[in-house]
Amino acid sequence: MLFDRRARRRAANAVFVALCGLATLLALAALGLIMVSLLKQGFGGLNLTIFTKDTPAPGSLGGLRNAIVGSAAMCATAMVLAVIVGMLAGTWLAEYGGDTPYGHVVRFLNDVLLSAPSILVGLFVYELIVRPFHGFSGLAGGVALALIAAPVVTRTTEDILRLQPNALREAGVALGAARWVTIRKIIWRGAGGGLLTGGLLAFARISGETAPLLFTALNNQFFALDMTKPMASLPAVIFQYALSAYDDWRALAWAGALLIALTVLSINIIGRVIVARGNTRP
Amino acid sequence: MSDLSRPTAVSMTTRPASKGAWFDPIFQFACLAAATLLLAALGGIVVSLAIGGWPALHKFGFSFFTSTTWNPVTEVYGAAGPIAGTLITSALALILALPVALGISVFLVEFCPKRLAQPIAIAVELLAGIPSIVYGMWGLFVLAPWFALHVQLPLMMNIPSGSIWEKVFYGVPNGANIFTASLILSIMILPYMAAVFRELFLTVPTQVRESAYGIGCTPFEVVRSVTVPYVRSGMVGVVMLGLGRALGETMAVTFIIGNAHGLPQSLFDSGSTLASTIANEFTEATGEMHTAALTALGLVLFVITFSVLAIARALLLRQRND
Repeated sequence: MLFDRRARRRAANAVFVALCGLATLLALAALGLIMVSLLKQGFGGLNLTIFTKDTPAPGSLGGLRNAIVGSAAMCATAMVLAVIVGMLAGTWLAEYGGDTPYGHVVRFLNDVLLSAPSILVGLFVYELIVRPFHGFSGLAGGVALALIAAPVVTRTTEDILRLQPNALREAGVALGAARWVTIRKIIWRGAGGGLLTGGLLAFARISGETAPLLFTALNNQFFALDMTKPMASLPAVIFQYALSAYDDWRALAWAGALLIALTVLSINIIGRVIVARGNTRP
Repeated sequence: MSDLSRPTAVSMTTRPASKGAWFDPIFQFACLAAATLLLAALGGIVVSLAIGGWPALHKFGFSFFTSTTWNPVTEVYGAAGPIAGTLITSALALILALPVALGISVFLVEFCPKRLAQPIAIAVELLAGIPSIVYGMWGLFVLAPWFALHVQLPLMMNIPSGSIWEKVFYGVPNGANIFTASLILSIMILPYMAAVFRELFLTVPTQVRESAYGIGCTPFEVVRSVTVPYVRSGMVGVVMLGLGRALGETMAVTFIIGNAHGLPQSLFDSGSTLASTIANEFTEATGEMHTAALTALGLVLFVITFSVLAIARALLLRQRND
C-alpha cells in the first residue's frame, strides 16, 4: 500500500518534469524554426544591391536602400525624443516624486503605455500630426515610434537609478554639489551601462514596429531624406511586398525580414551582455 | 523592494548654496514635465480616439457593437465581427500559451541545471524580440501551408459527415484562419508570460520550499502545493498581461487571420480583429465615416486593453508588495 503510493507519486513527478522540459523544448523549437526559415528564404537575397539600390517596380532589379535609410532616420528621431523624455521622466520617478501619489499614477500609467497596442499610438499621431498638417511624414513616424520607445526608457531608467546606492547621493551632497550636478555626474554616470541597455532595448523594440508607421509615415517608393514628406521604412516595405503577388518582391521582403530580425536579436544580445557585465562587477 | 534601497529626499534647507544650485528647481521641473508628458500621451490617445470615432458611434449608436455589417459602399458599420475575432483569438492564444509558459518557468526555476538555465531563459526571451511582422511572414508562408496540408485537410477528410466536428473544423484549407492566428499569437505572448512567471516563482522564499522538501514532498508536489498557491494573485496578473499583449497584436494577425468581416463560423474560418481591420483599411478608407468607424474600433480596443492591463498591473503590484 505504502509502496504503491510512493510509486504513484514518483510517476506523477516524472511526468511533470518531462512535461515542463517538453514545454521548454517547444519554445526553443519555435525560435529555431523561425530562424531557420528566415535564413533559408532571406539569405539568398542578402547582397550588396540591397544596400545600394532603391525599392524596384515589379520585375526589375532593386534593393531596399530607401527603406533602410528611412527606417534609420525615423528611429534616430524617435530615439532622440524618447531618450530625452524617458530619462528625465525616469529620473523624476527615481529621485524626486516616485513615492508621491502623483508618482504612483505616473508609474502605473507608464506601465500601461508600455504594453499598449502600438497601432493605437499610430492612430493618435495620425489625429495629432498627420490630419492637422494634411500629410503623412517621416517626422510623424518618428514621433509615433518615440511614443513607443519613451515608456521603455522611463521604466529602465527608474529601475537602474533605484539600484544606485544612497551613499553616492550623500557623497555628492557632502561635496557641496548641487542636486542636479550630483544626478548628472554621479548617479547617471554610475548607471551608464544600465541606461545604455535601456536605450538599446527601446531601439530594438521600435526598429521592427510596423503598425504605427502605416498611417503616419505611410511609404515612399523613392529615395527621400525630407522628413516632412512620406517616408519609406523597412517594416512597411516588408508588409507591402510580402503580400504582393510578385516573386522578386517577396524575395526582397524575406531579405528585409532577415535583416530586421538579425538587427533586433543582436541588439538584444548586446544589451544583455552589458547587463551581465554590470552584475558581475563588485 | 525594501525601503532601505529607496532614495530618500535630501533636505535642501540646511545646505549652503552651492555652484549651479540655481538650476536645481529648473532641472526638477524638467523631470516633472517629462513625466507629465507621458501621462498626457496616454490621455491624448483616449481623447483623440474618442473625438475621431465619435461620428461613427453617434450615427450607429449601440448597434455599432452588435451589428456584423461592415460595408464601406453603403457606409454602414458594425464592429461585432472584429470584436468577436479579437476576443476569440486572444482567449485561444492564452489557453495555448499558459501551460507552456508555466512549464518553461517551472523547468527553469526547479529542474534545470544552473549553468543551462540562463542561456535557455535568454533564448526564450529572444522570442519576444522578434518583430511582429516577421512572425506574420513566417505564419503566412511557413506555418499556414504546413497547417493546411498536415492538419486541416486530414481533419476535414476524416470527419464523418453530419457530426458536430464538421461544423467546428469547417473552413477553406489555406491555413489562414482564426486558429493559426491564435497559434502565432500564443508563440508571441509565450516569452512575456514565461519571464514574469519565472520572476514570480523566484520570489517564493527558499525556506518555504525547503520545508516542503523536508517533509518528503516530490518536486511536483512542492510546485503544486507550495509555489503556485504562494504566487496565486500574481499569476492571474501574468495571465492578464499576456491577454493584454494578445488583444493588441496587429501585424502578425493581419497577415494570417484571413481578414473577413463578420462573425467567424468555425475554428478554421477566416475572421478579423480590431487591430487587423484598422491596419488593413485605414490608409484606404473611402470616406469620413469609414475613418471614423475605424477610429471607433481603436477606441473599443483601447478600452478593452486598458482594463485588462490595469487589472494585470494591480494584481502584480499587490503580489510584489505582499
